[in-house]
Amino acid sequence: MAETVVGAEAGVARAQTSRWAQIKATVGAWSFMSPAIFLVLVFFFIPAILLFVLSMTDLASSNFSDPWTYIGLENYRRLFSDRFFPKILRNTFKYVFLTLGFFNVGLALVLALLTSHINRRASFLFRLLWLLPRITPSVVYIVMWRRFVQTPPYGIINWFLSMFGVERQPYWLTEMPWLFVVLVNGFVGASFGMIIFTSAIEAIPKDLFTAAKVDGASSWQIIRDITLPLLRWPLLFVTTYQTLSLLVSFEYILLLTQGGPGLYTTEVWALTAYKRALKTYFGSHAWGYGAAWGFILVIIGVVMSVVYLRVFRFDELVQEPKIDVL
Amino acid sequence: MKVELENLTKRWGDVFGADSIDLEITDGELVAFLGPSGCGKTTTLLMVAGIYKPTEGVIRFDERVVNHVAPKDRNVGMVFQSYALYPHMTVFRNISYPLKLKKVPQEEMQRRTQQVADMMGIGHLMDRKPAQLSGGQQQRVALGRALVKEPDLLLFDEPLSNLDARLRLSMRGEIKRLQLELGITSIYVTHDQVEAMTMADRIAVMREGKLLAYGSPEELYDRPRTLFIGGFVGNPPMNFVDVEVVQENGAYHARRGGFDVVVPPERGGQAAGHGTVIFGIRPEDVAIADDGVPGEIYVVEPLGRDDLIDVRMDEEARVHVLADPALGLRIGDNVKLRFNTDEAQFFDPETEQSLLWA
Ligand SMILES: Nc1ncnc2c1ncn2[C@@H]1O[C@H](COP(=O)(O)OP(=O)(O)O)[C@@H](O)[C@H]1O
Ligand SMILES: [Mg+2]
Repeated sequence: MAETVVGAEAGVARAQTSRWAQIKATVGAWSFMSPAIFLVLVFFFIPAILLFVLSMTDLASSNFSDPWTYIGLENYRRLFSDRFFPKILRNTFKYVFLTLGFFNVGLALVLALLTSHINRRASFLFRLLWLLPRITPSVVYIVMWRRFVQTPPYGIINWFLSMFGVERQPYWLTEMPWLFVVLVNGFVGASFGMIIFTSAIEAIPKDLFTAAKVDGASSWQIIRDITLPLLRWPLLFVTTYQTLSLLVSFEYILLLTQGGPGLYTTEVWALTAYKRALKTYFGSHAWGYGAAWGFILVIIGVVMSVVYLRVFRFDELVQEPKIDVL
Repeated sequence: MKVELENLTKRWGDVFGADSIDLEITDGELVAFLGPSGCGKTTTLLMVAGIYKPTEGVIRFDERVVNHVAPKDRNVGMVFQSYALYPHMTVFRNISYPLKLKKVPQEEMQRRTQQVADMMGIGHLMDRKPAQLSGGQQQRVALGRALVKEPDLLLFDEPLSNLDARLRLSMRGEIKRLQLELGITSIYVTHDQVEAMTMADRIAVMREGKLLAYGSPEELYDRPRTLFIGGFVGNPPMNFVDVEVVQENGAYHARRGGFDVVVPPERGGQAAGHGTVIFGIRPEDVAIADDGVPGEIYVVEPLGRDDLIDVRMDEEARVHVLADPALGLRIGDNVKLRFNTDEAQFFDPETEQSLLWA
């Protein structure tokens, strides 16, 4: 009888300590996450909400002195009925996926695989060279490209062509605007993925490659069966990160083609948002309308991130904690 | 399959990985490469596997020179110290990977993989990833992967170094039994001379890229040709004492100060007349006795079954002795030592070569 009472009391005590431990663990977890949460709130959620609020007003330079007027989803209606809306959307995806596929992930991966198979010193030098355009100011970088594609007597490409006796020497930028838009962005963009992939490849234990060779794998089979599967995490990271940065990047296009030649040929979403909100020929800034374009871009970005997390089965990559919380 | 290494050398600039190694492994034999870390064991093994290209020399499998044969065409299996399991593949896919590369039909692949896994006692773990296995289980998967393609040659690179002592002991036996049963020619790299002694048919002792000795464990243990082999093979290691061997009244004496032991003529005769020589005797050939060479106990190390006693005979001469713990010896005790000189070794202090087994 007495024993049962003691047992019950011990049970209560145990329940209390375990509840206390749980609270401690929760507080611990949140306090570890709080800096990141703070940053995400201040630099993502709050601006996104402000953007959304702004997009429901008619705030513009033409009526700047008047009080703000709430106009509901009028800006969105206007956006979706814009004659060039489908073209701009198509351009955006074309720009993002061509650059991503061929350069930011594709070429980056190829370069990383190649440089990790050659002598260390040479590959280091090569990577350093490849990083140069990234640290060159955008304007200088674009001026250089424009010089490349100029008509005679300035164009460098054409100068080479004339050396080989080619007669046709057009202004290449209007001839193939998309080629250069993708090339100009990809040439810079590839270096980021290359650095990430190279260090990820170097982190794979050498023994795995030796084992695969002994098991009978060719170089290509080693890449397919060992290297690439072990690069899943950096691949996910680079793909997601670069998709998002490409979605919102427009400065090279602005400097190179300004969305042209002609009507909206290379105009992408972020560039439109920028032009509507902040740059019009008549100095009439439509901040509210531009914000609507911007907010749709945020939604596209969020949706794409979720899709990536699903496609790459991100939940499988998340590991159980290696250290138990005491 | 017979393996022959001839003048095998690997150099990186002026760093020698392996330096003119000559060695022959007969069919079905297990040869241990034994040597301290950095002596070129792995380098030699990787040349045999075809991962490193030899700078000089020839590798022959049976009579065929394989220097330029790609690793995948050498049909060797290899087991690594790190296990080198593919972390993203299940146990099944790890073991079956060599078969998949050989394009073995699905059904046969399934059957052979299961058979090898069952033989290794991991048949029930097929769906696990390597990270979900214990060290011993991972080691078995690694072994399974090496065996599944029925290799002509098995290469082991310190496969047991990452296991705990007890598991190492049982895996040692298992690998040896498997190798005997399957009769696969094997090279077993280790820095642990007990492992080499217990498992190998022949031991290749290496140091600084060079092959120092090649012979059966008994040969290396009983008839060490150099001072290094004498000291390296055997545990606890051989004792060395500087002595002079003289002949008196028809008997040979090894002497220094108060130390004087009689050695059999067939050994003493070889060492006499060389001035100061190095006298080698193993701890198990020295005993604490009622009379003999006097000494004082310096250190007592209990090993469980025996005590390892460090006895100081004079300022410069100390010997390790294996003694019965029941004797209850303590530091500072004065004892008498008797030497079983039938097993005595003599080395030239200059050349460090044996005076007995030239
Ligand atoms: N890839 C390499 N480049 C240069 N030196 C190497 C390389 N691999 C091994 N070595 C050198 O060769 C020697 C033998 O190494 P290794 O065969 O790994 O020794 P062990 O396996 O016996 O510990 C060491 O001195 C090592 O530094
Ligand atoms: Mg090694």
